[in-house]
Amino acid sequence: MALRKSTLYLVLVVLTAGLIAGCPKPEVSEPPMGPGEMPQPPADTASVTTLQAKGSDTLLQVAQALAEAYAEKVSDVEVAVTGGGSGTGFQALIEGTTDIANASRKIKDKEVDAAKAKGIEPQENVVGHDGIAVIVNKDNPVSALTIQQLSDLYTAAINDWQAVGGTGEVALMSRDTTSGTYEYFREAVVKQGDKDTDLDFAASIIMLPSNSAIRDEVAKNTAAIGYIGLGYLDDSVKAVAVVNDAGAEVLPSVDTVKDGSYPISRPLFMYTSQEPSEATAAYMEWIMGDDGQAIVADEGFVPAH
Amino acid sequence: MKRRVQRSFEALVELAIKLAGVASIVFVVLILVFLLKDAVPVLSSTPLGELVAGQQWRPTSEPAKLGFLPLILGSLVVGAGALMLAIPLGIACATFLSEVVPTHVREIVKPIVEVLAAIPSVVYGFVGLLIVGDWLRRTAGSAGEALPGPDWLTAALNMPTGMAAITGAIMLALMTLPTIVSISEDALNAVPRSYREASWALGATRWETTVRVTLPAARSGIIAGVMLGIGRVVGETMTVLMVTGNSPVIPSLTKGLFRPVRTMTATIAAEMGETAHNTEHYHALFMLGLLLFLITFAVNTVADFVTNANKHVETR
Repeated sequence: MALRKSTLYLVLVVLTAGLIAGCPKPEVSEPPMGPGEMPQPPADTASVTTLQAKGSDTLLQVAQALAEAYAEKVSDVEVAVTGGGSGTGFQALIEGTTDIANASRKIKDKEVDAAKAKGIEPQENVVGHDGIAVIVNKDNPVSALTIQQLSDLYTAAINDWQAVGGTGEVALMSRDTTSGTYEYFREAVVKQGDKDTDLDFAASIIMLPSNSAIRDEVAKNTAAIGYIGLGYLDDSVKAVAVVNDAGAEVLPSVDTVKDGSYPISRPLFMYTSQEPSEATAAYMEWIMGDDGQAIVADEGFVPAH
Repeated sequence: MKRRVQRSFEALVELAIKLAGVASIVFVVLILVFLLKDAVPVLSSTPLGELVAGQQWRPTSEPAKLGFLPLILGSLVVGAGALMLAIPLGIACATFLSEVVPTHVREIVKPIVEVLAAIPSVVYGFVGLLIVGDWLRRTAGSAGEALPGPDWLTAALNMPTGMAAITGAIMLALMTLPTIVSISEDALNAVPRSYREASWALGATRWETTVRVTLPAARSGIIAGVMLGIGRVVGETMTVLMVTGNSPVIPSLTKGLFRPVRTMTATIAAEMGETAHNTEHYHALFMLGLLLFLITFAVNTVADFVTNANKHVETR
């Protein structure tokens, strides 16, 4: 017995209407994953508590090192670390899908408002300080730049290395918009610290997903310039000395960030909700203690105190 | 008793199959509804014309600038580049496999071409970034001084970085090739042997027969294959995200192919993670998704139309 055409259409309409009507409006749902993220292991049942730490790519390596060291110390707590950028971390904190949001920038007012609307008051913890190293290829003759020159390069006011002492076209490497490093660099360098100016990154910047991607591209491309967290600086690239307010050319290092002579540095944060779980609170306390801060220093950052 | 059980069982199976068929239509409709629901709110803050023709994409600036034009043109440049490489190569390869090569060779080569389709797109991105892009930059890269010659040639020979539209185009061409080859080759095979024999009998050479009889006869199938290829090219995300540099510039007419671009698909993939629900940026990304949906829908509809139109002609 075959279904008649009219019956078929009726079934189709009823099904569609039913499915649409039945869909609940998504109130609290998992934010879609960005390219830096991985699916998380399910929050555990019996003996092991799993904490989620999401966000900054700058903090990724140190967060993983902290997580591994903590796992050795406290056997029933595991910390799962994922990246995606500071913006992603804040988003997850707002949506309630992470215990700790790693961030290389301060939380924005917009984000605080969105969190409060969901009953979360973000608590800020400074876990260390980071310098941002400006890097160029090892074959690039340029060795020092002022903040003004950096701003001109990144707004494409200058698009040739000749203006600053090199040769050839400039290839601007940058992080993408989810990155706290991107936001901080824009404010401190491109805008030269002035929030109200219209200066912004040029449209021609090449947006790469991570510190290591920028470092790898700069290492093999003579035309490239990029900015990475101090912890990612290694021998494959050349760090440019930045001229500070006193007129001195300062290379980025843990010491120059510590004593404040290196002009491009910022605090690194871990945010939690106002009532974190016991495990989260214990973990944060351990990070701020001597053991945690020793690991922060090992990874190339300046400890918080 | 047994008959009645058999008949109700059959009715049940029929119902199950019909529901499965209906289900796919329902899914497409639901996707459209889901996209529309979250895309339309952006129109309350930015009119459609400004959105589509806007020349700057800066969603995290204050105030945010949401213009799709650089993204649309980015997808267009990479897509057009990929198709310019893949279509001639694909049809030529299909013709080779169908008309030139003996059957036993075809049975080895065709599966190998189809393996290209099985390679994950992230692997293509990886290869594009580390091998193709790097090679392009080193052989064609910063010569330091502009060479004499037309603008586009100078641009091609002075790539400041290997992450450009052309790298994406090359990798996408590789990904689309198996689709075009496979479907075109099937279409060519489906042309009745009598067509070719008639042509040879009239004194045409094998080349004349292929170009003037077989290929035109297989036209609808080849176009269908190309259209599917277009759909694949427009929708590819991971490869272009890794390889094109993601710069939201409006690609210049002369140099655009050899400079970084940002595609619509890569924008959605890169920015969705940080966007708070129900903000302007969020709705703009959905509008972008809706645009992609409509483009692929249009391409498929045209492909269907062309295929069916030609079918009517052939069965005369």
